[in-house]
Amino acid sequence: MSATEPATALELDRLERRYGERVALRNVSLSLPAGSTLAVLGANGAGKTTLLRVLAGLLRPNGGTTRVLGHELPREAPSLRGHVGLLGHDLLLYQDLSASENLRFHARLHGVEPARGEELLARMGLRERANEPLRSLSRGMRQRVAVCRCVLHDPELLLLDEPLANLDPAAAEAVAPLIGPGAARIAGGEPRTRVLVSHDPAPAVAQADLVLGLRAGRAVIAAPPDALDDDEIAELYR
Amino acid sequence: MSAVGALLRKDLRLELRTRESVPAMTLFSLSAFVVFHFGLQRSSLDGDLAAGVLWVTLLLAALLGVGRLFVTEREEGGFDAIRLAPVDPSAMLVAKALTLLSFLAIVQLVAVPGFGILLLGPSLLPALPGLLAVLALADVGIAVIGTLASALAVQTRARELIVALMGLPLLVPVVLAAARATAPLFSAGGASPPPLRWLGLLGLYDLVFALVAYAVFDYLLDD
Repeated sequence: MSATEPATALELDRLERRYGERVALRNVSLSLPAGSTLAVLGANGAGKTTLLRVLAGLLRPNGGTTRVLGHELPREAPSLRGHVGLLGHDLLLYQDLSASENLRFHARLHGVEPARGEELLARMGLRERANEPLRSLSRGMRQRVAVCRCVLHDPELLLLDEPLANLDPAAAEAVAPLIGPGAARIAGGEPRTRVLVSHDPAPAVAQADLVLGLRAGRAVIAAPPDALDDDEIAELYR
Repeated sequence: MSAVGALLRKDLRLELRTRESVPAMTLFSLSAFVVFHFGLQRSSLDGDLAAGVLWVTLLLAALLGVGRLFVTEREEGGFDAIRLAPVDPSAMLVAKALTLLSFLAIVQLVAVPGFGILLLGPSLLPALPGLLAVLALADVGIAVIGTLASALAVQTRARELIVALMGLPLLVPVVLAAARATAPLFSAGGASPPPLRWLGLLGLYDLVFALVAYAVFDYLLDD
C-alpha cells in the first residue's frame, strides 16, 4: 500500500441519497479496507447503480457520512477525481470516434501517455479494430474498450457495474488481470479496491471480501461472504 | 489547457465525422437570404435593413448549433467523463465556447459572401475590415451565451424550446449592438467605420457573460 493511500478505502455511515421525494439509498453503513472487494447485490431498482455513482463523486449524498479513499463527499469530491475508474452501463465512449481516439482523449484528460491506451487495446486483442468507429464494433468489443478506458489512469478504486456483461469467456479472461480479483495497480503493484455490482450473485460473492445486499435502497446485508447462507442472498431477489 | 485542447479537438473531430451542425447552420443561412430576397421583394438591401437581415439570420443559424452543442456529452457520457477526470470542469465551458466559435466562423465564411451576392446592394469588400471586427466581437458573445444556454437546456426534455426561450432574450443585446455597428458599413453612400460605442458595448457584454458563465458552469454540471 502506498504511503498516501488510506488503510480504509470506503467508509459509509448512514449514507442516504434521494431523488426528490424518492429515497434511493437509506442508512447504508460499511467499512471496506483498501485492496478488498465489495460485492453489491440486489434486485433491479435496489439502489446499486446509485451507490456506485455516489462513490464515484457523480451524485451528492443527501445524508450520513461518505468517505472514499480518505476524501469526504461531497465536500472533497474534486480531489477524488482521477483516483476512481467507473465501468457502468454507459460506456463513457463516443460512438463516432475510434477506440484509439477515445482512449487518446481520455488519456489527455487524465494526463496519461496516449501510448498506454494503445498498449491496453493490444492486450484486449483490439489492435486491428482500433481505428474503426466504435459504433461499428460489437457490444462485447465496446465493453472491452470501456474496460481499457476504466483502468487507463491506473485508479486505486474500481467501481464495476456488471463488468462482464456482453463478454464471451475469452474476453472475460482477457479483462480479468485488469479488473478481476487481485487486479493490481501499475504504480506500486498493490491490489485495487473493487466495488462489484452484479445480478449474478454466486461469482460476485466468490470474489468478495464483503457483501452488501440492498433491498429498496436499504442495506439488509453487510457481512463477509462466509457469514452468509444462500437463502439470505436469494431473498434479495424475491 | 491540455484538457481544453483535448475537448476542442474531440468536438471538431466529431463534427467533421458526423456533420451534424455546420452544414445545417450554413444551409439555413443561405436559405434565409433567399427567403428574404423574395419576401422583401427587393433585389438589394443597404444600411439598417441589410445589417438587421444579416444579424437576425446569423443569430438564428447560431441557435441551430447551440441546440446540439452538449447533446453528445449528454448521450455518450461526456459529462461523467469530465467529472471523473482530474480537470477543472470549466475546461468544458471554454472548449464548448471555442467549438461554437469555430462553427460560427466556418458558417460565416460562406454565409457572409453569400449575403453579399444575394442581398447586399453596396459592395462587401470596403466593409470587410470593419465587419470582421463586429463579427469577432459578436461571435464571442453568441458563443459564450450560447454555451451557457445549451448547458442548461440539455438537462431538460424541451431542449430546443429552452435554448430559444433562454438564449434569444440574452442574445438580443448582441444582435442589436452588432446590427447598429454594422449598419454604417453597409451604407449606400459608401462604408464608414462602425461606431466605437457599439463595439465597446459588444466587448463589455462579452466580458460580463464570460464571467457569469465561468461562475455558474460548475453548478450546471453538478447533479
